[in-house]
Amino acid sequence: MQLPQYKSVSNLTLEIKATLEMNFRRETVIGEVSNFTAHGSGHWYFTVKDSGAALSCTMWSNNNRKVGFVPKNGMQIIVTGSVSVYPPRGTYQLDVQEMKNVGVGDLQVAFEFLKEKLGKEGLFETERKRTIFSFPAKIGVVTSSTGAAWQDIIAVAKRRFPMVELVLAPARVQGEGAGESIAAAIAELNNYDDIDVLIVGRGGGSLEDLWAFNEEVTARAIASSRIPVISAVGHEVDFTISDFVADLRAATPTAAMELVTQDQNEMSNFLLSSISALNSLIDKNLASKRDLVNRFVTSPVVSTPVNIIRMNSQKLDLAVTQLDNNMSGLIKELKNRINSAFLHLKANDHKRILKKGFVFVTQDEKIVRISTELNTLKPFNLNFFDDKILIKGSNE
Amino acid sequence: MSNPQNEVSHFKEKLKRIEEITSFLEDQDLDLEQAIKLYEEGMKLSQECLSSLQEAELKITELKNSFKTN
Repeated sequence: MQLPQYKSVSNLTLEIKATLEMNFRRETVIGEVSNFTAHGSGHWYFTVKDSGAALSCTMWSNNNRKVGFVPKNGMQIIVTGSVSVYPPRGTYQLDVQEMKNVGVGDLQVAFEFLKEKLGKEGLFETERKRTIFSFPAKIGVVTSSTGAAWQDIIAVAKRRFPMVELVLAPARVQGEGAGESIAAAIAELNNYDDIDVLIVGRGGGSLEDLWAFNEEVTARAIASSRIPVISAVGHEVDFTISDFVADLRAATPTAAMELVTQDQNEMSNFLLSSISALNSLIDKNLASKRDLVNRFVTSPVVSTPVNIIRMNSQKLDLAVTQLDNNMSGLIKELKNRINSAFLHLKANDHKRILKKGFVFVTQDEKIVRISTELNTLKPFNLNFFDDKILIKGSNE
Repeated sequence: MSNPQNEVSHFKEKLKRIEEITSFLEDQDLDLEQAIKLYEEGMKLSQECLSSLQEAELKITELKNSFKTN
């Protein structure tokens, strides 16, 4: 029986090493940087990946010194190097000699693409932003029921304004279907008439973790929410598409809650200061009324009632004298007028004319002014200044 | 159970009224009866608000709907 042929691990590995290093002496690869580490020694360790595979890379400090930038995770790069095998671990890697930045990675590209698309649709316009209700009674929350964000939100509500009510619509905020789950939760909360504001978000994480908030389905759900939305994705530096679409952006879920809730301590202070203001105001008001009464009561006129009477009787006397004076003046004037009228009448007395030798004729108690009016057949009078003489008619 | 919507909006209205009363009372020409009425109303509202703040307990509702995937 023939012994089976075998190789030691080392021998096989060395053969692999020889084959790989012989055949892949100079390769140029394009991919996205991830797991980038700049070691204290100056060497770079990272992975270049695409949707199907990942390639471990090292770039020694003598080589990376010539690269004009420090790669970041997500960055799309082109690297050139040789494949080497590291026998103790049985791993292979690319020893990178050159590195070029070809721009942003797929997620970044997708982000920029969606941002531009929705921006063109006007979804980020300031005019679309609604005012966030400053004193909400009910806050709708879309986040994971098991995440830190939800606990943070509860803690802020308890600390600042426990009169508020929280309604959680749990959603997946990471991984497959997260965008759809968030969108459904937003739509669900929109069925409630009494919810004043929505907080949609999660705690911090990598770009991949936060990706659900860069998805179109999430952005559209926020844009079409009837209730104003605060985007609260725990990522202080970078913005998500949700941040752009929402009515307000908060850096973290905690910050969002602080924006919409009133501080109960501030409110207590306001109430306490109102109470003391009311007290001092009513005191002041009463004091000013008391002053008024005091001034009146202590005024010399009020304090001695006799003074009032005296003062008033004096006034009365004065008035009577005034009236007297006015009356006697009036009477004197009337007398004068009557006298002058009398004198005038006297001057026109007809008897003074008769005395001069005139006579006037009356018949039937009427003065006869025209000769033809005299009926000589009837009796008439001749009136002298001292007496009248009856003349009998000629037919008698 | 009281409706939080009403509770908070009542609270808010009370705060507004307290502010209003304080500014009314600053007017020294107010007649005595009115001033005292306003003062009493303001004190009552302030006390009510303080105690509802102190007694408030956070209400939390968690919806259990089908969109809660996995």
